[in-house]
Amino acid sequence: MSGNAEEVRKHIAIYKKIAGALAVGTIVTVLASYLDVSVALGITIALIIASTKASLVAVYFMHLGEERSQWLNLTLGMTAAFWLVLMLVPLFTFSDHIGVAKTLPNANAPMEHAAEAH
Amino acid sequence: MEIPYTVAVRPDTGLNNVKLGIWLFLASEVMLFGGLFSTYVLLRMGAVEWPLGAEFLNIPIGTVNTAILIASSVTMVMAYASLKLGDFAKYKTYMLATVLLPVLFLCIKGYEYYEKVQHDHLPSHSTFLAIYWTMTALHGIHIIGGIAVNGYFWGPGSKMWHTKPAMFENRVEAAGLYWHFVDLVWIFLFPVLYLL
Amino acid sequence: MDNVTTAEGIAHAEHGHEAHELSFLQTYVFSQDHKVIGIQYAITALLFLLFGFTLMMLMRWNLAFPGRPIPVIGNFLGMANAPGGIMLPEFYNQLGAMHGTIMVFLGVVPLAVGGFGNYVLPLQIGAPDMAFPRLNMASYWSFFLGGVVMIASFFVPGGAANSGWTSYAPLSVIALEGQTWWLIGMMFLITSSLLGSVNFIVTTLQLRAPGMSFMRLPFFVWAQLVTSFLLLLAFPPLEAAGVLQLMDRVADTSFFMPSGLVVGDGPLEISGGGSPLLWQHLFWFLAHPEVYVLILPALGIVGEIVANNTRKPLWGYRVLVYSVIFLGFMSFIVWAHHMFLTGMGTTISTFFQTTTMIISIPSVVILSALFLSLYGGSIRYTVPMLFALAFLPMFGIGGLTGLPLGLTAPDIHLHDTYYVIGHFHYVVAPGTIFALFAGIYYWFPKATGRLMNDLLGRIHFWGSIVAINCVFMPMFITGLAGMNRRLYDGGMQYAHVQGVMEWNAFMSYGAWALGFFQIFFIFNFFWSIRHGKKVGNNPWQSTTLEWQAPSPPPHGNFSTPPEVHRGPYEYSVPGASSDFSMQGEAPGADPEPAKV
Repeated sequence: MSGNAEEVRKHIAIYKKIAGALAVGTIVTVLASYLDVSVALGITIALIIASTKASLVAVYFMHLGEERSQWLNLTLGMTAAFWLVLMLVPLFTFSDHIGVAKTLPNANAPMEHAAEAH
Repeated sequence: MEIPYTVAVRPDTGLNNVKLGIWLFLASEVMLFGGLFSTYVLLRMGAVEWPLGAEFLNIPIGTVNTAILIASSVTMVMAYASLKLGDFAKYKTYMLATVLLPVLFLCIKGYEYYEKVQHDHLPSHSTFLAIYWTMTALHGIHIIGGIAVNGYFWGPGSKMWHTKPAMFENRVEAAGLYWHFVDLVWIFLFPVLYLL
Repeated sequence: MDNVTTAEGIAHAEHGHEAHELSFLQTYVFSQDHKVIGIQYAITALLFLLFGFTLMMLMRWNLAFPGRPIPVIGNFLGMANAPGGIMLPEFYNQLGAMHGTIMVFLGVVPLAVGGFGNYVLPLQIGAPDMAFPRLNMASYWSFFLGGVVMIASFFVPGGAANSGWTSYAPLSVIALEGQTWWLIGMMFLITSSLLGSVNFIVTTLQLRAPGMSFMRLPFFVWAQLVTSFLLLLAFPPLEAAGVLQLMDRVADTSFFMPSGLVVGDGPLEISGGGSPLLWQHLFWFLAHPEVYVLILPALGIVGEIVANNTRKPLWGYRVLVYSVIFLGFMSFIVWAHHMFLTGMGTTISTFFQTTTMIISIPSVVILSALFLSLYGGSIRYTVPMLFALAFLPMFGIGGLTGLPLGLTAPDIHLHDTYYVIGHFHYVVAPGTIFALFAGIYYWFPKATGRLMNDLLGRIHFWGSIVAINCVFMPMFITGLAGMNRRLYDGGMQYAHVQGVMEWNAFMSYGAWALGFFQIFFIFNFFWSIRHGKKVGNNPWQSTTLEWQAPSPPPHGNFSTPPEVHRGPYEYSVPGASSDFSMQGEAPGADPEPAKV
């Protein structure tokens, strides 16, 4: 089932371009992290760059751009939808609550007795 | 007894069994890491204070590791392309790179872990470190799996090229899909843990 | 998507292992044949079901007669569990947690999906085996290992897990060693499930025989397909959560441990900052779809048996298919109805209340379609049909009692009471498990070439249906009175339940009677393997493809790949020469009715 040699060489040319784009994307990600912006904006930028890189890997390296299968589209679509639900809903329940959550001052602080315990 | 469509594409679904199988597996892996990313978001939102990645993690090292993994993804796809061109020697070269690069990644990661232990930055130290250790370790286990699979297809498994080339190509494609996914996870993990 | 496949694809197939003599181990232990694996799953699962049932019968003693020594068995439970034969609360909690875990994860799902799915699905679609036979074998052994770990946990210091099958943090994090074993066992079981679900989906999509379009699939296959998608996408977050809980227990992390938690004599020395609610979210994200995993195969089995024993097609095939797909989708967005009392705000709880109400619609549609399928049918009251018929109103009761639980307001009163236990047991016990019994009686002749004994089957049925209602119906009464679940003494210490305490003993007698009537089934099952009445390929005169193969089918199932020309339920077609036409029957001999 070897592919047409011409087609494969075209693919290889694309792979090289994508490799370059990924390298650039990595550098941009790191540089962007040094920008002096709010946490929310910083997260947004980082995720946009990461998503772009991920899309390149998925579409070109994993050949998703060339697949023509309704079932695959369905599976991946459902996965994306449920993944989104998984990411968002715990967040929403966290912010929508009855009563007040009391965080104690030492929450998430380093363990006091770390040296002795280990 | 023959199982149809292992390698041949079934017309009405547009897929062969192995490709569909690996994509389904990857869908479940998306949900696995999704659970962990969700955990990260929830814990961070609920934390009184959350350290900047740079406080505990070495960004240059992380960047190098990211480059290594992306490079291994490139060599993986080149290995597959070489097979499709019928160039077995080139395949072996690229596949070897795809096996060795993540070994280097793991060595560097191992060094990072070692440093952390030296400074008593263990998972029990804080929820940030807990999620860092857990997510990178789970990702690391997936890398080890990938090294094993790719190593097999570089080494003893590559004999199949001489007897059943179409099936071998098919298997390497599946291994490639898994490997690209492992790279994909790191593409998100690196900025989330190190840079934010 | 509806194009039919050609026989070419099958001709170009890759060879599986070459035909040669397999050793005993390869044939019966490490088999890659879906039928052997299906039987392995089924028998292992039945044993676990029996074990889990025994745990419950023990529990029911202490609920009926709190503080009294358990007769006979009490002497063998050990000082750590029942000194003097009197059950300790810690032991009761172990029994409770493990009863739930074993029944759901080691019993019902492996039987419904691993057993029935593995055995019947490839046959019903006309395939020679599953798409990945080795993966199938790995899936069974992973399940087996998980089961061994779970059972072994009873024997570690402190005993088995005792924080409920739901393993809520922080209790489960500070629990004794058994909980770690539970987590490890779950890892094996989840892995088994994932491998299985990949196999089922690929098999159903790729290995359908020529002519077997999606809308000609038996309803059982659709149910299994949706179930597999649920398992594939819902289990991984629980796997992640399991890893996190393991880390909390073993590495002292604080994923689920809040700050400032005090246990015993002082605050825990942990970093804190974790969230117990996070565990609940990740757990229920799986566990809600899991309950649909429990019911869907049962609906599929009942569908097959109803069509066969009414001698007419199922009512509303398309409606059934769309409903089951919609149900599967909705099942992912209702989970927090298990968490209404965690302090959730009104916006988010309204969202989940709404989705929960919406999901009841496809359930009702499916049940109604099955009921409507009876209308105008020539009903044969075979033993499978008795169980299938009983399933319908029992599942109805289970479903209806779910409604006040899905509405936030009544749930405030009913959450964590016996009402909940009554609700879910009605759906799973006289619901799913009855359907599974129906399936065993129905497909036993396919697997063995012999029928199970009819009289024993009827005794099993009538005894079980009466006893099971005696166990679970009173739970709605005690639950409405406010009796809490997971109380080792049946609520003895609470004033508000004193008025309903007498039901405890009644329910326990019902449970023990139910146990008694299973003896008829167990005996029948094993006796019929050797002494049951011998039958041919199609003793039930059914239409679906599995009845075209010999009983039992050989390795590879069909000597020539079947070609499908008809829908799955061509019973009583006007003008046909017999009251059923098999799916693989060539067209032309009888008038082909309009396509479904």
